Amino acid sequence: MRRLQDLARPYAAAFASRFLQMLQYRTAALAGFATQCWWGGIKVMVFAAFYGGSAMAGASSSISLAQAITYTWLAQGLLVLLPWMGDPEVAQAVRTGAVAYDRLRPVDAYALWFARSAGWIAARVLPRVALMAAFAMVALPLAGLGAWAWQLPASVAAGLAFLLSAVFALLLSTAMVMLLNVAATAALNERGISAVATPVVIVFSGNLLPLALLPDAWQAALLLQPLAGLMDIPARLYFGQLSGWQALGGLGLQGFWIAVLVAAGRLAMGRTMRSLQIQGG
Amino acid sequence: MGSLALFLRLVRASIGAQARYPASALMLACGQFLGTGIEVVAVWALFHRFGEVQGWRIGEVALFYGLVNCMFALADALGRGFDVLGTEFLRTGAFDRLLLRPRPLALQLMGNDFRISRAGRLLQGLAVIVFATHQAGIAWTPAAVAMALLAVAGGVALFLGILVLQGTLSFWTVESLEVANVLTYGGVQAAQYPLALYARWFRRVLTFIVPLACVAYYPVLAILGKADPLGAPGWVGVVSPLAGFVFLAAAFRAWRWGLRRYASTGS
Repeated sequence: MRRLQDLARPYAAAFASRFLQMLQYRTAALAGFATQCWWGGIKVMVFAAFYGGSAMAGASSSISLAQAITYTWLAQGLLVLLPWMGDPEVAQAVRTGAVAYDRLRPVDAYALWFARSAGWIAARVLPRVALMAAFAMVALPLAGLGAWAWQLPASVAAGLAFLLSAVFALLLSTAMVMLLNVAATAALNERGISAVATPVVIVFSGNLLPLALLPDAWQAALLLQPLAGLMDIPARLYFGQLSGWQALGGLGLQGFWIAVLVAAGRLAMGRTMRSLQIQGG
Repeated sequence: MGSLALFLRLVRASIGAQARYPASALMLACGQFLGTGIEVVAVWALFHRFGEVQGWRIGEVALFYGLVNCMFALADALGRGFDVLGTEFLRTGAFDRLLLRPRPLALQLMGNDFRISRAGRLLQGLAVIVFATHQAGIAWTPAAVAMALLAVAGGVALFLGILVLQGTLSFWTVESLEVANVLTYGGVQAAQYPLALYARWFRRVLTFIVPLACVAYYPVLAILGKADPLGAPGWVGVVSPLAGFVFLAAAFRAWRWGLRRYASTGS
């Protein structure tokens, strides 16, 4: 046990230091929050119009209006959980050559970057999700807009399953960020890559629309692809749509994709690092 | 050199600079095309599932969507200088250099960084307008084309006005505030659906405070020949795009006021 602790210490420290560093950027969080409230508000009104307009709407979709609204706020709160781009610190380390120091440290380079990137994501998500919950769960009902509010999870068990799944989503997102990091290392240009990756992530994670609202013919494929684990599976657990064995299946699917992506990331990183040339000194 | 010639020269220089990195420019344009295209997926999926929304069909909503994206693409390409004013000009002191030149300040900022990549959004908007034409059977009579051009001109003026206000704000904050994204990107988001879907207070905001409805909703009703479900008379669509120019004029008034209290951050 003691040995395990020693082993994990540098990575825990890397996570904690990046986490605390990112918590300093409060104005960025507030600005993002204002944008997300506006965005969420528009989406809620559009959903309400679509659901309210046609009588058959309720029958033809597997999620109710209240769920679609809660999903929207959840998605806005967890927006920065998505793997938008590589960790800018890694990209900078590559450009300045500081990556050479990381190579010299007597720790596993993949695990160190993984811990740092996870801290980077977690520190941006937590304040935003708390603000969003305060706005959509507390302030909206107080303002008399209870129909637009963020509802509580279906049950205590659903809430706990959601929390666990959200942690898995963080790991999954970090594994994807690591792939982006490696891509940035190889290409020395992270902007182009994230410009192409971002739209794909927004659609297939469920951030754009709950995946259940996309065409029925696609549903099986949509649920199985790795990006569903970022947003849609946690949300389904939250609503209690996946419970019992199905819930385990959802969590297992997330775990499976984490394992696959971490393996792919390690492999790609090993390759890139072997061919990496440090310029200057 | 006349103002227009100078502006064209600046635009040409800026495009030339970006063309030095063709792969990067192309990839960013593709990213813009895809990134703005995902909203199409949302609109399409919702109509696919629900069929219609309060009597609006997908072709009609597509026309809103396409026009608004064209407006914003043009304004964003023109207004980039105001967008990055805080970070790239005020904080670095480069703004003083612009002030020294005996040429209109707004002109220099507009020509400063004319982004090729915005063509991605523009093309996507045009493609959606073509789709809308087929789907909703829009007859592009000369009157309808004139109407659409007037709406786009008003919309470009409106979005440019928002960017100018964002720039004005940075005289105080000395950084570019992302809060303005609420009105730019968020404005596109809001104006791509018919105004009639929204709650009453939100419709008022979009009509009288940030007149997005005046440059998108009312002119599109006139083009579609559709009566306003909210009961506005038909002539409103013909005059309402002018609100965009009024907004731009007001924005420049605020800009001049902010400029007067500008103090350089030093070199």
